[in-house]
Amino acid sequence: MSRLLSSISRLGRSVQHFTEDLGILGVFLFNAIRHGLNPPYTLKPVIRQIYFIGARSGLMITVAGLFVGMVVALQFYDTLVRFGSVSMLGSAVGLSLIRELGPVLTALLVTGRAGSAICAELGIMRTDHQIDALDCMAIDPYRYLIIPRLLAGVISVPLLTAIFVLMGIAGGYFIGVLLFGVSHGAYMQGMADTVLPRDMLMCLVKAVVFGLLIVWISAARGFLLHRDRKGAFGPEGVSRVTTEAVVLTSVSVLFADYLISALLL
Amino acid sequence: MVIRVEQLDAHYGDRQILNDINLHVSRGEIHVIMGSSGSGKSTLLRHILGLQIPSSGSIHLLDQAIHQIDRKQLYSLRKKIGVAFQGGALLGSLTVEENIELPLREHTKLDANTIRIMARMKLEMMNLAGTEHMMPAELSGGMLKRAGLARAVVMDPQILLFDEPSAGLDPVNSAELDELIIKLRDAMNMTILVITHELQSAFAIADRITIIDEGKLLITGSKEEIHRSQDEDVLNLLQRRVGRDDLESQSYLDRLTHT
Amino acid sequence: MKHQNIELTVGIFFLAGLLSLTWIAMRMGNMGGISQPEYELQARFVSVSGLKEGAFVEAAGVRVGHVADISFDSETYEALITLSIAESVQVQEDSTASIRTSGIIGDKFVKLTPGGAEELLSAGMEITETESSISIEELISKYIFESKD
Repeated sequence: MSRLLSSISRLGRSVQHFTEDLGILGVFLFNAIRHGLNPPYTLKPVIRQIYFIGARSGLMITVAGLFVGMVVALQFYDTLVRFGSVSMLGSAVGLSLIRELGPVLTALLVTGRAGSAICAELGIMRTDHQIDALDCMAIDPYRYLIIPRLLAGVISVPLLTAIFVLMGIAGGYFIGVLLFGVSHGAYMQGMADTVLPRDMLMCLVKAVVFGLLIVWISAARGFLLHRDRKGAFGPEGVSRVTTEAVVLTSVSVLFADYLISALLL
Repeated sequence: MVIRVEQLDAHYGDRQILNDINLHVSRGEIHVIMGSSGSGKSTLLRHILGLQIPSSGSIHLLDQAIHQIDRKQLYSLRKKIGVAFQGGALLGSLTVEENIELPLREHTKLDANTIRIMARMKLEMMNLAGTEHMMPAELSGGMLKRAGLARAVVMDPQILLFDEPSAGLDPVNSAELDELIIKLRDAMNMTILVITHELQSAFAIADRITIIDEGKLLITGSKEEIHRSQDEDVLNLLQRRVGRDDLESQSYLDRLTHT
Repeated sequence: MKHQNIELTVGIFFLAGLLSLTWIAMRMGNMGGISQPEYELQARFVSVSGLKEGAFVEAAGVRVGHVADISFDSETYEALITLSIAESVQVQEDSTASIRTSGIIGDKFVKLTPGGAEELLSAGMEITETESSISIEELISKYIFESKD
């Protein structure tokens, strides 16, 4: 009986914590937007963050997109050849890349590379009192630190996704057309015929939402390190919070992916 | 009064961190708050900075009640206050010079050249010439503190708050910082509040000293008043700091008081 | 020097991203560039089962347009579809519109078979000759029932 009670109270506590975390995230974004609307507006910090989040991820995304396109083409070819419909290879590769793989894998890769870096950087700034220092210099930390990152995320991830999809299509072309001899026309035209503007819209919506999610969650976890429930400060706190941020961001991306797909399909 | 803290109570959860703290600092004074770690002196500083909200009591800086004014007023008040954090708290992504320039760039409309000259002047003053283009990670602990101090005073504030100037520094570096603090007061007529746990440094710079222990104010007064105090708790605390023998011979404190 | 590097890299990144985006949009979404003027024709079918909006309209195996709208006419209990056809393609009055499947399991599309009349259909008019979807299930069940007799 007491074990039952204790597990119920544990469940209750984790539900409470989860709700609190959601609230903290919400307040964080609200604060960021409210404070970020105050002038001065400067472009330079945004460009700097696009450099870190977007440009520096370009090579990784290019290579990843190429390989994902190749493996998708390989798998689809192997399946389609049994039905004698290899002419649908282009459609299959194009649709899966644009609707799902492009935005989701780009988001997960950016989470691993830039999301973790954002979280750790802000976490260190918190432990080192750099954020307090900004506040004491009358420089709003939300405006100075968070807004440029949020904007950069929302701008960079769609561009990275486009690069990923393009490279994926190229990788698929390499496997399908150059290696397995599917005709150039069947691959390209099949793809062009099945992919509708609606699919591209979905791709874009996903990329923008993911870009926001990645920066939002990673930044909040690092920025609010001092509010962490487990109370750890210092290097251990930063490393734990960073790990948590990557996990939380990845799960949120996949969850949002399902929601957007369900809503827009 | 430039800094006025009245009946300040602070809690962390159920634990009381600060208990009925009163503090008055007048213009041009160097006031040192002393206490061992865990005494609540850092919490007091965070309250004075407006980073934490007290359970009860009030804090006035330049006659403004910092917990009653809105964010905009607080920010315009903060432009008149410089804060030097323990480890410098320089932004790791900017060079030393960019760090020093930051408040000027954000709050003034001066052109880049003027800003650079002003920043260099402050760097020069802190004996940091030559570090302009280094990243904070390349600086030593003492240099970081001095760079943090340079940034804190680059706007020529009326009040300077300094957290632990001598913590983690060797005596030479520590003495250099003490001299800088006195120089700042003498040259720029700043009101300076220093938080420290170092008795020697406290006596070297202070006009007045406040000692805090376990969240309570033990004593506040001039160096001589502290020295002469026969209060049990104060003696205990001083003994813990400098060792019983030294204190009993009194020579140590005499030396500190009269230099 | 350092800042210039950052700006240059970000510039290259922007260029690469935007070019990819444009290429995909042009190539896949059939947006911009290649769009040519089209006109609309109507056609009624007993059944358009399996046909989707956006499906192709082909004549002699060449794409000439797409299905713009599918609706149900509650008076005649027929499907009323709107075809959007390239302006350069002329459709005779007695042309036949039939719903076909590409391959056995492929997508449904509308096939236009030219007629012999000299009169041409203009925008908003209706193709009267139509053939509905052929349902594989119906074909199979017919075959089974006939073989039972």
